[in-house]
Amino acid sequence: MQVNKFKVSCTINGAGYEEEIAPDLLLIDFLRGLGFLSIKQGCDTTNCGLCTVWVDDRPVLSCAVPAARIHGKAVTTLEGVREKAEAFAGFMAEQGADQCGFCSPGLVMNILAMEKELDNPSPEEIRAYLAGNLCRCTGYASQMRAIEAYLAARPYCKPRGGDQ
Amino acid sequence: MKYVNKGVPKLDAMALVTGRPVYTDDIAPDNCLVVKVLRSPHAFAKITDIDTDAAKGLPGVACVLTYKDVPEHRFTMAGQSFPEPSPYDRLILDRLVRYAGDPVAVVAARTAREADRALKAVKVSYEVLEPVLDPENALDHPSVIHPEDDYHVNFDIGNDAKRNLCSSGEFSFGDVDAAFARSDVVVDRTYRTKANNQAMMETFRTFSYMDHNGRLTLVSATQIPFHVRRIAARALGIPKQKIRVIKPRIGGGFGAKQTVVSELFPALVTLKTGKPAKMVFTRRESFTGSTSRHAMRIRVRLGADQAGNLQAIHVDTLSNTGAYGEHGPTTVGLSGHKSMPLYNKAKALKFTYNVVYTNTMSAGAFRGYGATQGCFAMESAMDELAGELGMDPLALRLKNLVAQGEIMPGYYGEKLNACTLDQCICRGKELVGWDDTYPFQKISDTRVRAVGAAITMQGSGIAGIDTASVEIRLQDDGFYTLMIGAADMGTGCDTILAQMAAEVLCCDMDRIIVSQVDTDHSPYDTGSYASSTTFVTGTSVVKAGKALIRKITREAAKKLGLPPEDLEFDGTSVFAGTKESGQRIAVTDLARELAVGKGACLSASATHSSPVSPPPFMAGFAEIELDLETGKVFVLNYVGVVDCGTPINPNLARVQTEGGIVQGIGMALFEDITYNASGKMMNASFMQYKIPSRLDIGNIQVAFESSYEPSGPFGAKSIGEVVINTPAPAIANAIANACGVRLRQLPMTAEDVFMGGCND
Repeated sequence: MQVNKFKVSCTINGAGYEEEIAPDLLLIDFLRGLGFLSIKQGCDTTNCGLCTVWVDDRPVLSCAVPAARIHGKAVTTLEGVREKAEAFAGFMAEQGADQCGFCSPGLVMNILAMEKELDNPSPEEIRAYLAGNLCRCTGYASQMRAIEAYLAARPYCKPRGGDQ
Repeated sequence: MKYVNKGVPKLDAMALVTGRPVYTDDIAPDNCLVVKVLRSPHAFAKITDIDTDAAKGLPGVACVLTYKDVPEHRFTMAGQSFPEPSPYDRLILDRLVRYAGDPVAVVAARTAREADRALKAVKVSYEVLEPVLDPENALDHPSVIHPEDDYHVNFDIGNDAKRNLCSSGEFSFGDVDAAFARSDVVVDRTYRTKANNQAMMETFRTFSYMDHNGRLTLVSATQIPFHVRRIAARALGIPKQKIRVIKPRIGGGFGAKQTVVSELFPALVTLKTGKPAKMVFTRRESFTGSTSRHAMRIRVRLGADQAGNLQAIHVDTLSNTGAYGEHGPTTVGLSGHKSMPLYNKAKALKFTYNVVYTNTMSAGAFRGYGATQGCFAMESAMDELAGELGMDPLALRLKNLVAQGEIMPGYYGEKLNACTLDQCICRGKELVGWDDTYPFQKISDTRVRAVGAAITMQGSGIAGIDTASVEIRLQDDGFYTLMIGAADMGTGCDTILAQMAAEVLCCDMDRIIVSQVDTDHSPYDTGSYASSTTFVTGTSVVKAGKALIRKITREAAKKLGLPPEDLEFDGTSVFAGTKESGQRIAVTDLARELAVGKGACLSASATHSSPVSPPPFMAGFAEIELDLETGKVFVLNYVGVVDCGTPINPNLARVQTEGGIVQGIGMALFEDITYNASGKMMNASFMQYKIPSRLDIGNIQVAFESSYEPSGPFGAKSIGEVVINTPAPAIANAIANACGVRLRQLPMTAEDVFMGGCND
């Protein structure tokens, strides 16, 4: 059977790509197919947050976006923000919050997006922002400790009132 | 100590958090055939005809396999030591399908799209049979789930497959009837727990290929590499030496990966085609085609005198093992043997059980492994007894509590050598503010806050069975390779074992390289389950480290021309007298010399198997807020105080505890695998099967009251499983304290609370 193909051109982590794709290809499969293997799939129903990447700097679930939709857009994966991810990883490691690690890539992409979007978020705002990032290992508490320590350690961070 | 009892970061932390490609699917070759499985839509049916011709003719399709193409050796997928207690009741593909989801055909194609098309082209005719869906009616049901003649059990497990009875048994201690007869108060209650899905973030996945020697290699997300090798050999009908199993990083297990789930399908394809093959389960498939926690109905009878002294305990369990017996005969045992011994003051004990087959997905291993179910029943019943006696529930527990130095008849006659459970209870009581809240505090006309508590125990490995070998090699620059067969599934056991090795060898952690598990290279280990790794494999690490020091000292003695007993090893050098003045040789120099022919290259092996399984303990306290208008329960605060012996890595032990508590809260309040009237699973996605998100969880407080276990490495017991057990009963007890509604069935939904516990 003939499968219709069409061209999509975009940038991924700053580099230009022009690819022939099937119209129903999902962004997650498109990106993993190109070797961006940080992206993980945890569910079939857009519930787990593992596959989070940025399209034009906004976090999206790559399992819920047809690859065709990123034509002309800029995609960022964890491979593209490695330096920042490493800075954050130190705080995760400090807490032992990196357990199996499978949810980390999506979580990190969403945390870095939150950092850009919210100034000095409260614990409630952090929980709400990251509500879609499931984790089965940690019970979330150690992740919260790592996130709060990471945000507090930023050089431009104002001390937050009321929180310890 | 330099590394033990220190919060050392996990060795793989940076790789995992920065998204390095380290998991099974990340390292699979691009040329793998894509393997998919056609699954039965019926709960119980016989395949009368299966036509694969159309599917085989489609473009890209490499093979389509049915029950006609698989070896007829029944086996169990349960990852247990041989001879397994679980019955041999499976084939890779069978003509009789026993649950909706049972594999019917395996297809392999160049692409996922082509494999999907082939799946649709397989035509199957079924003779649909009447399914057995209710475990309470399973025994002697007219439908026999395992009528096959080649059904096999390895030893007596109280099995009668023709009656749908997978296993049964009885244990007693003392004169139970007399003890109940002299009791002033007897409570007799029945509790029900549900099937739960382990829901690790990485679904099941395996890829396979033939190596240059014509051997089958399986790279798999598994907790049990060596059991996978043995089980695959039997199931595929090839010798064990023709199989190699490699475990990369794995994205969680919780017991789900203590069973062979995805391995055999790509393995079969590779054997048939000679080509690399890969199977990645969808989340739906991970729900419908794997194993769940055993649902249990547990009746608890407690007899006590007026003063609250327990006279007798009787636990009777009916466990639903589903369509196959994976872990069925063993999980049930923990429902009694890890609940009754907590109250070791009881004069007489009785434990009776049946494990039945039904036409639902097979149950299997899930963190807690039956102890979790037993804990819900026992700890709920203890609060109910306290209510009947008009006693404080914690005082009742403390009065009957097992204590260090006692022999535990309910726990295989083992002696308890390390226990601070009483301190755990007292500390937790303080941390949760028990005296301020118990039983409840009214917040407003419609909201109350209440506390509830539960205690629990688990084991540390399977006594006399779990076996761990470890080898440590001195490498040519003076660093060490730690070869283990235990499977880090994200818990950090690679790190913990390296901490112990560094402690024994008195070296920096970065001089310990932990080798990935590969059955061709790693020493034998039964695997990471039954809370065994820290305790059993850890002891092997200590033994191997000490043996290596002896070898290093002997080689150094030859170089120095001194008797070995005059020498000391301090990690960096071997020396006589004082390090400054006496003769010495640096370990790095010694290692370099050994690598250029001036002596034997050094490595030391050790094996450990423990005759006992020292129990870790935990006291859990839930502080809930309950909305009287809706019945909604929110866990504001959960306090867990744990006695795991010496925590080797307090950070990781804390995260284990927090994670276990949250998984336990999920089990208590949300998680419930449900089937419709024809036996089809109704909530096979994260949309429908709710695991806790970070919005569902309040504050979690963890503390350790460390005992020192003399048979454990550095005094350690286990931590991995004990932490999941207390939330369900602690929350049930808190609900009862809040509004007087006693819920005896999980999960405890807002509707159940609102309707007043009319479930039993």
